[in-house]
Amino acid sequence: MKFGIVLFPGTNRDGDAWDAVTGPLGASAVRLWHKDHDLQGADVIILPGGFSYGDYLRAGAIARFSPIMQEVVAHARAGGPVIGICNGFQILCEAHLLPGALLRNASLQFRSMPVTLRVENANTRFTNQYKAGQLLRVPIAHGDGRFAIDADGLRALEDAGQVVFRYVDRNGQVTDAANPNGSLDNIAGIINAGGNVMGLMPHPENAIDPLLGSTDGLGIFTSILAHVAA
Amino acid sequence: MPRYRVAVHIVPRQGILDPQGKAVRDALHTLGFGSVVDAHVGRHLVLDVDAASDAEATAAVRTMCDKLLANPVTEDYEIAGVQAA
Repeated sequence: MKFGIVLFPGTNRDGDAWDAVTGPLGASAVRLWHKDHDLQGADVIILPGGFSYGDYLRAGAIARFSPIMQEVVAHARAGGPVIGICNGFQILCEAHLLPGALLRNASLQFRSMPVTLRVENANTRFTNQYKAGQLLRVPIAHGDGRFAIDADGLRALEDAGQVVFRYVDRNGQVTDAANPNGSLDNIAGIINAGGNVMGLMPHPENAIDPLLGSTDGLGIFTSILAHVAA
Repeated sequence: MPRYRVAVHIVPRQGILDPQGKAVRDALHTLGFGSVVDAHVGRHLVLDVDAASDAEATAAVRTMCDKLLANPVTEDYEIAGVQAA
């Protein structure tokens, strides 16, 4: 199992993703530069967080035109797993691998804090090590995380179980107070219809060790391994 | 081939929460401009385009908006002006 971690100019969470998959998981990883034209045999692609291309125009809008993204899109279209975290989620939406868009936080504030997530769908290749309804403590760090989609798109996501994570309070309730960015229906992460592309704003790669205050993010990475082993 | 300067306004789609616009409106109210009912913050782009006519330049910029400059999920755009550059 080899993870490919994509590096754009302005990416800054690649090291965190690297540590998450090579440390506790013991998997191998390779960094993929935005100008690269091949995935170097990576089985799973991670688009990590940061501010690719300075967030020019819109967060994630320019990254989609980089050479490596042509390979990532082909990999995803062929059913290969791709996970986008934070800026990676924004890029996946801009690349039309996921529906919707991510807008400026409703508060207009950059929010860097721990949040509670509820696992809405534990039947995906990224969440099979969780239980449906399980609460996770994972940090966020973003200024443009407000998920938006039109009414038809939202219904399609909900009906197909494509909402994977929601922001909730510590009791697991969906409330406005628990919504750090104004996302529609407290949506924190979604998956595509094919089940092989997931994007989320929170940072599971920063919740992998007791020293970090939480190990709740590990389940995403162990789920990927479990899916491959199954 | 003639060159045209095309200006585009890109604004948040009506009905989508525009916190920047709201913050600007509230600030204007604080300054005493109580007459401001609503405000929206978007982007203004100026593109110099080689084209056979102003209509062709405008059509090209519309395609650019559809493909990149505006996000079709959340934003609307309008051509704000075309002139020979």
